[in-house]
Amino acid sequence: MSTVAAVGDRYLESLLAQAASAAQNSSLALDDLRAAARALVQERAFPSNRDEDWRFTDLSSMLATAFQVPAAPADTVLEQAKTLLTDVSLTDGSQVVFVNGTFVESLSNLGDGISVLSQLAAIPDCLAQVQGNNEVFTALNTAGFADAALIHIAKNTVAEQPVQIIYLTIGDGLLVQPRCLVIAETGSAVTIMEEFHGTGSSFTNSVTEVWVHDNAEVTHLRLQQDSAETVHIGKTAVSQARDSRYRTTAINLGASVSRHNLEVYQTGPQTETTLNGLTAIRDKQLADTHSLIALSHPYGTADQLQKNIMDERAHGVFNGKVYVPQKAQLTNASQLNRNLLLSAKSRVDTKPELDIVADDVKCAHGATISQLAPDELFYLQSRGIDRDQAQRLLIYAFAMEIIEPIPVAPLRERMTQYIQQWTV
Amino acid sequence: MINPDAKTILSVKDLRASVDGTEILKGLNLDVKAGEIHAIMGLNGSGKSTFSKVLAGHPDYEITAGTIEFNGKALSELEPHERATAGIFLAFQYPLEIPGVSNREFLRVAYNSHRKAHGKDEVDVFDFDDLIEEKTEVVKMDTSFLDRSVNEGFSGGEKKRNEILQMALLEPTLAILDETDSGLDIDALKTVAEGVNKLATPDSANLVITHYQRLLNYIVPDYVHVMCGGQIIKTGTRELALALEAKGYEWLLEEQAVAS
Repeated sequence: MSTVAAVGDRYLESLLAQAASAAQNSSLALDDLRAAARALVQERAFPSNRDEDWRFTDLSSMLATAFQVPAAPADTVLEQAKTLLTDVSLTDGSQVVFVNGTFVESLSNLGDGISVLSQLAAIPDCLAQVQGNNEVFTALNTAGFADAALIHIAKNTVAEQPVQIIYLTIGDGLLVQPRCLVIAETGSAVTIMEEFHGTGSSFTNSVTEVWVHDNAEVTHLRLQQDSAETVHIGKTAVSQARDSRYRTTAINLGASVSRHNLEVYQTGPQTETTLNGLTAIRDKQLADTHSLIALSHPYGTADQLQKNIMDERAHGVFNGKVYVPQKAQLTNASQLNRNLLLSAKSRVDTKPELDIVADDVKCAHGATISQLAPDELFYLQSRGIDRDQAQRLLIYAFAMEIIEPIPVAPLRERMTQYIQQWTV
Repeated sequence: MINPDAKTILSVKDLRASVDGTEILKGLNLDVKAGEIHAIMGLNGSGKSTFSKVLAGHPDYEITAGTIEFNGKALSELEPHERATAGIFLAFQYPLEIPGVSNREFLRVAYNSHRKAHGKDEVDVFDFDDLIEEKTEVVKMDTSFLDRSVNEGFSGGEKKRNEILQMALLEPTLAILDETDSGLDIDALKTVAEGVNKLATPDSANLVITHYQRLLNYIVPDYVHVMCGGQIIKTGTRELALALEAKGYEWLLEEQAVAS
């Protein structure tokens, strides 16, 4: 074993020790799950650039910090939390607010079917059961998350208001592990909106599992706007039963290094999957989206559009896997990754990966990389629009395909403003 | 309309300009007064479109010698957007498609840039909607085009109409129409020409660059200039355009050769 790997493994052990101590402080009766997760982490190595899945995303900067399990949020932290929430909280519907992994009832507003695991008598059987649980950071989360949001939408129920789950990471050197479980029973419909915000330099390691049962419909908005010094690793794992619809828009703006693992596993025929994504980063930020759509039944449709904007020295990474095995006949899948590089030092690595065995399918994929077109800029300038504003118009034009369809107006408007104020 | 007492809007003297180190304009002279319509004709490669882009300030074109004065000010010191707000408008030969920017938003931002440059308050969305819908009548454009992306999926004729709509909105002092007629069917040509004629005022001027005499049946020029080799080699009236139509350019080039 090389020295680098040994350092990584010792580091992973120390993270696991922190997770184990968090588990001891937690009231959740999860001993078997936790033990299995700990065993999984012990079998795994800390990712390095030599792993194909982590080739472009370097986590070695983490090794300098021994992230610690946070204490229960103090009053000063809760005050900071309130400030962070002012521009973010929706006024309607349920809000579930976590500060450094701890559920904060006073800042939350739980409606029907919305709860946290620590308030429940029994843990739902499906927790930590979506495929993809053996990935190292997901197992680390299972081994030590303090509490979890539970969004349980009953059979044939349509949740009229979006459910907002806000995870705040506040402070330095903390290992914060947000967790969420969404269960949309047969024939139900819900919109959930997860948001990550914070201050300081910590490590946010989140896991969200989504069960979309037969003919149910989940619209999932995810905004990662963690502090620019934070490392953010997030997993969204979705299990999609027959005739169900899952539509997500995942936006990455924050963190110094971020990785979003977005995985959709089809468990029945005729599912509809829409993955939209927008990454907009600058300075030396790195944002990595790894997605997987694993089909295994016929008549599915999957549409993916990932747009990335990289400014200054920012580095975007996209890897999109789509599996269409023999059984997934009559699948209709398309994947497109578009990248806009705003500076000579910005960079993107993109890899669409379609693995198609079935022979009666329609599948398309593509990736583009572009800069702001000088002729388009000149056209706008020739109408009296100055260069800065012309650039902003074109940057927004690039992003609007993702932003305009966002079904929750306050989030859509916040994102519109964010992108429209981008200055090159 | 020629009025000898009118003020000179554009004065170009010995203009030389290059693109990628190749000189295209080689000593061009032109004066345009308020109220006048000037046509510039010439073969492909004679420098007509280069001249229009130099006037609008396209960054690929470098002025190497000579001067351009616009309303008494040196044009070369102004950025492209400043030239626009000062009153220069270029109707593009190939208007660009800009996916994702709505035509209405683009027009409003452009209009407000002009208002701001002249120290006026910006107009809000509602007042602008009234204004722009009124302007669409000038070019007989369906208002549904306002809610599409700029020129995206527009036919050739629709793109050119959209250029004239922008001209109607921005009310330039000097409008340069760069081959606005090329590729247009006769109905679209008439509509575009009618729009330009309606917008003509005694205080503004038009510079019409064209390949085809046909346009000049609808936009009647006061002067016709012929460009060749980066210079204006002959200036006449509408009859010159008719002669070019009847006889081609060869006689003119031969006449030039003899003269030099």
